Amino acid sequence: MDGVHDMGGMDGFGKVEPEPNEPVFHHRWEGRVLAMSRAIGVFRAWTIDTSRYAIELMAPSIYLTRPYYEKWFLRNQSLLIERGLIDADEVAAGRALRPAKNLTRGPFTLTDVEKVTKRGSYSRPAPAAARFKAGDRVRTKNIHPTTHTRLPRYARGRVGVVERLHGAHIFPDSVAAGKGEDPQWLYTVRFDAQELWGADADPQLKVSIEAFEPYLEHV
Amino acid sequence: MDAARSVGYISAMAEHDHDHNEGSNLSEMELRVRALETILVDKGYIESAALDRIVELYETKIGPHIGAQVIAKAWSDPGFRQALLEDASKAVGMLTEVGRVGDHLIAIENTPQLHNMVVCTLCSCYPTDVLGLPPTWYKSFAYRSRLVKEPRAVLADFGVALPAETEIRVWDSTAETRYMVVPMRPAGTEGWSEAQLAKLITRDCMIGAGLPKKPSEVA
Repeated sequence: MDGVHDMGGMDGFGKVEPEPNEPVFHHRWEGRVLAMSRAIGVFRAWTIDTSRYAIELMAPSIYLTRPYYEKWFLRNQSLLIERGLIDADEVAAGRALRPAKNLTRGPFTLTDVEKVTKRGSYSRPAPAAARFKAGDRVRTKNIHPTTHTRLPRYARGRVGVVERLHGAHIFPDSVAAGKGEDPQWLYTVRFDAQELWGADADPQLKVSIEAFEPYLEHV
Repeated sequence: MDAARSVGYISAMAEHDHDHNEGSNLSEMELRVRALETILVDKGYIESAALDRIVELYETKIGPHIGAQVIAKAWSDPGFRQALLEDASKAVGMLTEVGRVGDHLIAIENTPQLHNMVVCTLCSCYPTDVLGLPPTWYKSFAYRSRLVKEPRAVLADFGVALPAETEIRVWDSTAETRYMVVPMRPAGTEGWSEAQLAKLITRDCMIGAGLPKKPSEVA
């Protein structure tokens, strides 16, 4: 979707302000939100792509003004309700009002922690031979799906060069639409900055994206 | 997922506390997060001790010191450097002192002609297994919007100036591949141990937003 989350190349957000000796969490609740996000992952109620899409769907006024982990909290609470793991009246009450439905496993405990603090694999067997090889010139498609996509706006309809192949990965556009993993070849595609930003761009700058095969066509 | 219902709910919840000032909003966040944790514990989804452990891991165990060990070894051991550049997940996974990391980690090397930088313009993808949770600046709208277009101006915000002839390569993490930068080993560190070298290696230099410390800064 052409949402406000797709920020590459936008102006007006000011300077980058690194914080010296920044703590991992600025408030206790931020750590709890992160930990709950990880823990609830073992129930496989949603995937990383679904959870990104849920944040993209927030109104721009919320996306732009709410702190990072508050958005995670709102996302978690909303998806927990939507997937039937908790109920809205329980959120209002601040406590459980009835037993869990369809609990397929015991609680997330200390022995589960390692499972969720290391990333898993997103590779899948390739459904077909790769259409492109390193060195190929490709053009990204000019697509504007109203649903989740990982092809950023600034890199649509641009000519670049395939630099790396990463095998086939879960296709986020499909997963977030509820249509399954639909694995696709994943490539690193490199662009000259002038292709992206015009003749005034830094001639010594190159930018790459990770592009799924359906985003690409031969030039 | 039922996208419209989800976003409607998130917006409604967020509007609920929108009238409060910043101070009360923060304490209200603490209360709301505690309430959600209580519901999840009561319903048997999670144990709070497991959340404590996740927070503790990210505050004390999973951080940029892991990446610094990896880079120090790459600077010291040409065979490891080669293995790291070929398959970083595999190479880092073989370091017993670091342990397993997730799949799809890719190391990219700076040279006198080329400076690499990493961003996620669409959300906040970051090589968490080797660098821990991302700092606030990495997730900021300023960094996400500007890096792909004006990386030299962004570097100036970090107090870093590169020669105009140095090529800058920005890697936009739009998939589940995760990039870490292998900075150049500073001159004047001949004969240093890996432990000494690791002290030169900052989080920011492994994401491309900084350079390693000078030997005189850690002597």
